[in-house]
Amino acid sequence: KAAVPSRGAIAGAPLVLRILAECPVSKARACDMTLPHCTVNTPVFMPVGTQGTMKGVTAEQLENLGCQICLGNTYHLGMRPGPELIEKAKGLHGFMNWRRSLLTDSGGFQMVSLVELSQVTEEGVKFRSPYDNKEILLSPEQSIAIQNSLGSDIMMQLDDVVSSTVTGPRVEEAMRRSIRWLDRCIAANRNPESQNLFAIIQGGLNSELRHICLEEMTKRDVPGFAIGGLSGGEEKDDFWKMVTLSTDHLPREKPRYLMGVGYAVDLVVCVALGCDMFDCVFPTRTARFGSALVPWGSLQLKHKQYAKDFQPIDPECTCPTCRRHSRAYLHALLKCDTAALHHITIHNISYQLSLMQSVRQSIIDGCFPQFVRAFMDRMFPSREQYPRWAVDALASVGITLN
Amino acid sequence: MHLGLRNEAGAAGTGPGDTAGGPRRTGQVGDARYGGAGICRWPPCERFRSILVRHVRRFPRFGGGSLFTGVVWGGYQLEVAFKPAVLTTAPPAAHFAEHQEVLEAFREGAAKLAGLHDTVLFCSLQDPAAPCPAGYNTSKVGRGAPNPDPGSCRTCETRTCVFGAQSVSLWSAAGRIELTVPKYSLADGDAQPAGSSLKRVRRSVERTLTHLDECVLLHQKTAELVGAELFGVVEGADVREERVRSARETAKRPVGGFVLDGFQSGVMDQALRAQLIAAVTAELPRDKPRLVLGVGRPDQVLSCVEGGVDLFEGFFPFVATERGCALCFRFAMEPDPESAGTRLPTLGPSHLHSVSREGNIAAASVSLAVLPHRYRDDLRPLVVGCGCYCCRNHSRAYLHHLLVTKELLAGVLLMLHNVSHYSSFFSSVREALATDRLETLKSVVLG
Repeated sequence: KAAVPSRGAIAGAPLVLRILAECPVSKARACDMTLPHCTVNTPVFMPVGTQGTMKGVTAEQLENLGCQICLGNTYHLGMRPGPELIEKAKGLHGFMNWRRSLLTDSGGFQMVSLVELSQVTEEGVKFRSPYDNKEILLSPEQSIAIQNSLGSDIMMQLDDVVSSTVTGPRVEEAMRRSIRWLDRCIAANRNPESQNLFAIIQGGLNSELRHICLEEMTKRDVPGFAIGGLSGGEEKDDFWKMVTLSTDHLPREKPRYLMGVGYAVDLVVCVALGCDMFDCVFPTRTARFGSALVPWGSLQLKHKQYAKDFQPIDPECTCPTCRRHSRAYLHALLKCDTAALHHITIHNISYQLSLMQSVRQSIIDGCFPQFVRAFMDRMFPSREQYPRWAVDALASVGITLN
Repeated sequence: MHLGLRNEAGAAGTGPGDTAGGPRRTGQVGDARYGGAGICRWPPCERFRSILVRHVRRFPRFGGGSLFTGVVWGGYQLEVAFKPAVLTTAPPAAHFAEHQEVLEAFREGAAKLAGLHDTVLFCSLQDPAAPCPAGYNTSKVGRGAPNPDPGSCRTCETRTCVFGAQSVSLWSAAGRIELTVPKYSLADGDAQPAGSSLKRVRRSVERTLTHLDECVLLHQKTAELVGAELFGVVEGADVREERVRSARETAKRPVGGFVLDGFQSGVMDQALRAQLIAAVTAELPRDKPRLVLGVGRPDQVLSCVEGGVDLFEGFFPFVATERGCALCFRFAMEPDPESAGTRLPTLGPSHLHSVSREGNIAAASVSLAVLPHRYRDDLRPLVVGCGCYCCRNHSRAYLHHLLVTKELLAGVLLMLHNVSHYSSFFSSVREALATDRLETLKSVVLG
């Protein structure tokens, strides 16, 4: 397939997408996304480093694991240490000393998670800061200004986020406001030559509203689109339908970022549905509870059964943790030291990144459907235990799991 | 594993400073230079001595490789039967005791289980960075199996000497564990606090020797311990005659090296420690390493080095990290043209010269706490000119942010810096000894 640069620009565009391969059966594709700091191979899982750090993992370790892009959080970093200092330190890249690509979210998601403290108006979101109790307004302009100071390769628009479990007129109100806020964000971006602003498709679980949002937002000339408002506790059956609806109406030559998705099964299925980029706190968060991710599920290393298990977490994993340490050691270490969490975090990030690399390679090699079958077979003890929604979603794009 | 010392000349324990041509025998270091109170001067060949024993607690692995490679112990190389030692680590037994069953099932030793198999492991009993309650060592005479071979026990000739009856206690995450010799075979000293009665001190020296003899016996009989060395512990509290006696007696045993106990910072003051260490090392063979427990502050380290100590527990960087502090004391002897004249305010003369009554440098000038607000936008590295990962890649402002937000990375980066700084200090010590500039180094460190 020929390379298709976005927006018709060649050199100088802060995002260039080259589609290397498309699955002839499903909607999966493998691309190279060139950003100001480095090229990112997709499909990609982006680890989340909320406060400018990846939970104890150094920048060098992250690089060595093969991570090309990770996330920072505008809300948290905007509070501490604040955009002025970060700008002085040469942006978030300079501050954390991360040389590769960075994506910052808008701070909008915190609205949903901290909803008791916030009030949404047309102007923006009013917060009461949990750190100093001051009232703050996060407007589209403010969010973009902070993200401009952070200097991320990809910035997210400020959207009016509602939980996917909410129904009624609030959903439409939020969707329409998100469109208006997108326009304000585009206008407020002072670095269009070096920072990419992505739109976020909203509309909850309502197809009509999603359609409207897709139609409107794709009229705007943004370098990429995110699918938002999902992965918040809704039924998986509704979830995948909204994902596939969205990818059906998003331009082929621009990247699709599905926000907040990180479980292995979800990743594989949503790649089949046409998504390129994913982020989730799950792998790093679950590591901190002693849970190690493996191709057949997860190991709860605090469990007694691992006390004398001298294998590595995954005998086939090549991450630094699996090369040097055993389950028994991690089990013992978990009882007395935070270093154990660090080792497991490294493994979990490695697992996610390796999974995506394998997915990508199978698309390039033209055997993605076979990969999916093998993946599901490894993950679940029997066909009966395949999640219904996953079977349906894959079937909808031509991948059958017999 | 033979823990022999070879100096550069290749012969065991000999060098230009020796009087006779032959190798020194234990207990015969009766050279007038080593006796008496005060600082002891070593002849040039003996100066290649200090190693940092890295404290393994809370040391996560970085990027799959060791932080240090090829530590050369001055002019000596630590001979290990299977491969050259690259690094020494010191897990306290307290951390392993509760996992004994696991270790037994594993059968390949604690080093391999902990992923530290490319290092030499020194196992002490207590964690020097954790408070250790006094008492709890017992003789429990009358319990346990009778000694099958009373003649083998040099200190106690009676038949009522019991084997395996003695125990020491240590504290693990699971609570107090009592160790007896057959269970753990770790020679330990019974330390008495300074100011104890002479009778108590004497008894602790006796008990320690008895314990050592049992360990030696067990060590010789146990196949799994073939590759391991046993260190004998010198006790004696603050009583000079007992210190000397303990040293002499311990030196008679077939141990691989010596642990000097009861000299911990906070337990004994600098001046007395220096005197007693000199008296002790005078009794010890030159070709066996001497390790002092619980001494970590740079000025105290230097004092011990002067007294003939080779090995130190590396808890000091860890303790600094736990307090959110970065080590910053100076130890570079050559004037560095790049930083001369651009000294950082926190390392200015007014701080370096704050000395306490005992002549020790105050903690404030040894490290700097990164949490104070003034570092919030300080984009310089922790220590200008430091080559560690943290200083090459990150600023004080970033460290400050990590500490404020209580991120795990704060401890990781601080530890990287602190271990590096401390290790470089020891390189400097070895360099100073090799080039006879210990006084210069002392003046740099103490200001």
